[in-house]
Amino acid sequence: MTSGKADDMTTEVPGSDSESGTGPGPGPGVRLVKGPGLLLLWLYGVMSVGAVSRSAYQIATEFDRAPLAYALSGVAAVVYAFITYTLVRGGETARRIALACCAAELAGVLIVGTWTLVAPSAFPDATVWSDYGMGYLFIPVLLPVTGILWLRGRATRR
Amino acid sequence: MLVALTVALSVAALALAAWCAHAAYRDQPTKDWHFIGMAVVTVLALAQLVVGVVRLARGEQAHDGSVIFVSYLIGALFAVPAAGFLSLTERTRWGSVTVAAGAVVLAVLEVRLHDIWKG
Repeated sequence: MTSGKADDMTTEVPGSDSESGTGPGPGPGVRLVKGPGLLLLWLYGVMSVGAVSRSAYQIATEFDRAPLAYALSGVAAVVYAFITYTLVRGGETARRIALACCAAELAGVLIVGTWTLVAPSAFPDATVWSDYGMGYLFIPVLLPVTGILWLRGRATRR
Repeated sequence: MLVALTVALSVAALALAAWCAHAAYRDQPTKDWHFIGMAVVTVLALAQLVVGVVRLARGEQAHDGSVIFVSYLIGALFAVPAAGFLSLTERTRWGSVTVAAGAVVLAVLEVRLHDIWKG
C-alpha cells in the first residue's frame, strides 16, 4: 500500500505527496523527511559530511599510521551517507533499507566502541565510533536509536 | 581578529540556537526574523573564512594543518544556511528545531576551529 496515510497532522504543500514522485523529494509512498524526520535528516547529513571528509583526509594522507581506525571510519562514513540518501529518497523500500542500516550502524557503534575500550592499542588514532562516539557528543550512538524509533513509526499503515 | 570572530560566532550561534529552540517550544516555524538572524551568523562565518584564508596566505600556520583548518571554515560557513534551507521545506516547529541543531553544530565547529588554529 502506497497511500492512505491517516496520521498526517502536519500541513502539506499541495501536490508534495504524490504517488509516484521522482528524484529527490517525496518518493513513492512514505515520506521519511517530515516533522522530526527533518531533524534526523539534518543530523545524518552532518555526520555524513563530517565522517566522509574526515576519513577521506585520513585515508589519503596518513593511512599507514592507523589503518584499522581509518578503515572503520571509512565504513561509518559510507553507512551515514547511504542512510542520508535513503531518508531523502523516501518510500517503503527505502524505509526498510534505512531501518536495516540503522541497526547495522548501532551494532557498529557498540562493537567499535567496546573494541576501542577493550583494546586501545589497536587504535593509535580515534575513529568516528571510538568510545561510542564520545568525540561527537555521543550522537553516533543516539542517532541510530532515534532513527529506528522514527522509521518504525513511519511504517505504512495497512 | 580570528579569535575575536571565533568567540563572536560561538556566542551568536548559541543565541540563534536558543532563539530557534524557543520558536520550536512555542510550536512555531522559522520566520523572517529568524532568517535575518541566520544571515547575520552566516556573514560572520564568511568573514571568518576570509580572515582565516588571508592569514594562511600570509604564511601563518594552523596547528593541525591548513587543509583541516580550511575544511572546518567551509563547514562552519554552510552549517546554518543548510539548516535554514531545510527549515523552508518543513513549515512546522521541526524546522525550527533543525535550525537550532544547525546552530549548535556551528558552535561545536567553532570550538574545534579554535583548537585547530591554536593547538
